Amino acid sequence: MAAITGVIPRPTSYAGIWGWMTTVDHKRIAILYGVTAFIFMLIAGLEAGVIRMQLASADSNLVGPGRYNQMFTMHATTMVFMVIMPLSVSFFNFVIPLAIGARDVAFPRLNALSYWIFLFGGILMHMSFVVNQVPDAGWFSYANLSDKPFSLDRGLDYWAISLLVMGASSVAGALNFTVTIINMRAPGMTLMRMPVFVWMTLITSLLLVLAFPVITVGLLELVMDRNFGTHFFIPTEGGDPVLWQHLFWVFGHPEVYILILPAMGVVSEVLPTFSRKPLFGYPFIVFSGIVIGIMGWAVWSHHMFTVGLGPVANSVFTITTMLIAVPTGVKIFNWIGTLWKGSIEFTTAMMFALGFVALFIVGGLSGVSHAVSPSDFQQQDTYYIVAHIHYVLFGGSMFGLFAGAYYWWPKITGRMLNESLGRLHFWLTFIGMNLTFFPMHFLGLNGMPRRIYTYSSEFGWENLNALASLGYIVLFIAFLVFIHNIMYSRRSRRVTHDPWDAPGVEWTIASPPPPYNFAEIPQIQGRDHYWIVKENAIAAGTPITEPEALVDPSSIHMPSPSYWPLFTAIGVALIGGGLLSHYALSFVGGIITMMGVIGWGNEPVAAPSDHH
Amino acid sequence: MAHAVEHEYTTTGLNHRKMLMWVFLGSDCLFFGSLIATYMVYRGQSLVGPYPIDIIDIPLTTISTFVLLMSSFAMVRALAATQADDKKGTVNWLLITAGLGAIFIGFQIYEFNTFKNEGLTLGGNLFGATFYTLTGFHGAHVTLGIVWLVAAAILGAKGRLHSGTALDVELLGLYWHFVDIVWIVIFTLLYLIGGFDAGPTAIPSG
Repeated sequence: MAAITGVIPRPTSYAGIWGWMTTVDHKRIAILYGVTAFIFMLIAGLEAGVIRMQLASADSNLVGPGRYNQMFTMHATTMVFMVIMPLSVSFFNFVIPLAIGARDVAFPRLNALSYWIFLFGGILMHMSFVVNQVPDAGWFSYANLSDKPFSLDRGLDYWAISLLVMGASSVAGALNFTVTIINMRAPGMTLMRMPVFVWMTLITSLLLVLAFPVITVGLLELVMDRNFGTHFFIPTEGGDPVLWQHLFWVFGHPEVYILILPAMGVVSEVLPTFSRKPLFGYPFIVFSGIVIGIMGWAVWSHHMFTVGLGPVANSVFTITTMLIAVPTGVKIFNWIGTLWKGSIEFTTAMMFALGFVALFIVGGLSGVSHAVSPSDFQQQDTYYIVAHIHYVLFGGSMFGLFAGAYYWWPKITGRMLNESLGRLHFWLTFIGMNLTFFPMHFLGLNGMPRRIYTYSSEFGWENLNALASLGYIVLFIAFLVFIHNIMYSRRSRRVTHDPWDAPGVEWTIASPPPPYNFAEIPQIQGRDHYWIVKENAIAAGTPITEPEALVDPSSIHMPSPSYWPLFTAIGVALIGGGLLSHYALSFVGGIITMMGVIGWGNEPVAAPSDHH
Repeated sequence: MAHAVEHEYTTTGLNHRKMLMWVFLGSDCLFFGSLIATYMVYRGQSLVGPYPIDIIDIPLTTISTFVLLMSSFAMVRALAATQADDKKGTVNWLLITAGLGAIFIGFQIYEFNTFKNEGLTLGGNLFGATFYTLTGFHGAHVTLGIVWLVAAAILGAKGRLHSGTALDVELLGLYWHFVDIVWIVIFTLLYLIGGFDAGPTAIPSG
């Protein structure tokens, strides 16, 4: 076996589909992540559409209760694990090496492996639609609803095993970025000179590394309950469903910071660029992020106030939850301080960043209102919670990611997204978002529970629900505008390397960057490196021009493409797929994974002097 | 390969792979931590037997624990031999480490088998579920380590392990020592402390 796996030469072609399948270039992997996550976003968006159409009127029977449960479960699961996380990872991949002055991530092949495992995990999850046994216990799949007597088809097995597979991808990716950021910074890029986006990526990666093992154990116990006869979460046999809630939320609360911190990082890049002044209170923003990363571990039971943990636990978690609002508030004041007396330029990226700040404040305030456990007793499991999470995840994470998309698009593709279409996209999204989710605050306080598939007209919830569904249609059009903008941008003008006059290191090189990123590893001058360089150049009377390769690119040795990440990922996917169909398939997957690992280890480096 | 490792520039001066291994072990701590937490939460909660006091055999597992701890000593010797360019010593000590690990796994298989015959199953009670899950995943870690040790021994026999590539053995050693340390925790909690637990009422609460 070792003989077979040792003699295959590394692929050399970068072209065509084969080039994409064997790529280890962080910029191409970023595009793979982005495109995949975008497709999953369209699927999740359509699922949301089914939900909104069903709830648009009272006593609707567009879909039955079973299908409705599947829709909200898959909408949330997809958005959390297959859209917002991988979109963030897409930006990590593209921006991090460029922003710290590196030629690639620390482990390029591991990076490719992370992507392929994520892709196969996502496909595995959606195979549940093919066999029509779709997960239907909500995105947090509370025990014992998710256990055998209540969930007899294999939907929850698809859910748990796909999440285990994608968890492996997330941890591998996070390990990679942790090492990359700590260990691959260009000379002069000290920790306190790192862009905030890099800082937030580091904190997010550490949260991922530490939080995912916890949900892994929860999911394993769920799979064992469902398939191997254990009773971890089955109360009649002495098990405790609340243990699942603890395991889920010990992971789940760091997870919400995993979803929001990258967007906070993006906004911290966009606001200074378009305010034409350095980020206000940089150390406060960085340390607030660190405090959030630590305190995020001490608030999980605020998801469980109504479980009956007792007044002591509820008081403690009320206090910690209100405390964690402080570092978040610090960040918001620093962002406002950044805007103060800046010469603000209302580009689309800037508008999305400002939208982020505004909507995140709304979501943050409703968050504080259910940090108070007595008040949460009123709000638990109502649409008020749905409103809150969409203000922080749509108004927060998605707006931040859109800001990043408009900001880095010229760097990624070398072409601009159209600003007029962008403005239209922003306003439609902003209006549609508020139209959809603001009425939910009132619906929730009027007692409308979440996860009901229909309601009677006598409750008086019809008008606000119709308004929310109308908002969905506006959001739908907004997405069409965005897709049109992407298509349109392929014909738009080419941009210079620095269209925004931005401060980051990534703007010192060509758009799109060459495969080796930096012809020469830059010497970092300070926190806003490129602004300092440009100011010095103007002072010296030598204005900056387009970057030119000062060395022969062929003398720079980049890691060669590799078959093994894809090969190994196929093995991992088969292990997961086998657990859902025939165990023999898992065995085959295990052998393929083993061969992949051996081949990986024996793979020759393409060039004798290759440094990776 | 050795060449590349020596000349790789890193910000902190630490090797990339070594840092990756340390962060991964941090991640694995949370994995075992969650399994141990599950065991601790369900300690004394089994509604039916067999209870730990009925079947846990502390002297037997003390022997296998001693064997596993001695394998850490062999691992240290293997790394020292690699760093000293002692090819024969490297291969021998790696194989001794793997062998001691295999003896530990043998004890575990014997123990699982005995417990099963005495009525402890995954589905029987919570003690069975938590015991088999926690020690089983630890055993899986040891097994993976044995595969890695044997693979390293094969590389060593081919002359690919020497002072220039000692990092390969060092990373393996980090993993192996970590798995040993986890066992110390498990042995203490499940055997030395929890091994005397009887039925649900026998545990003083709080």
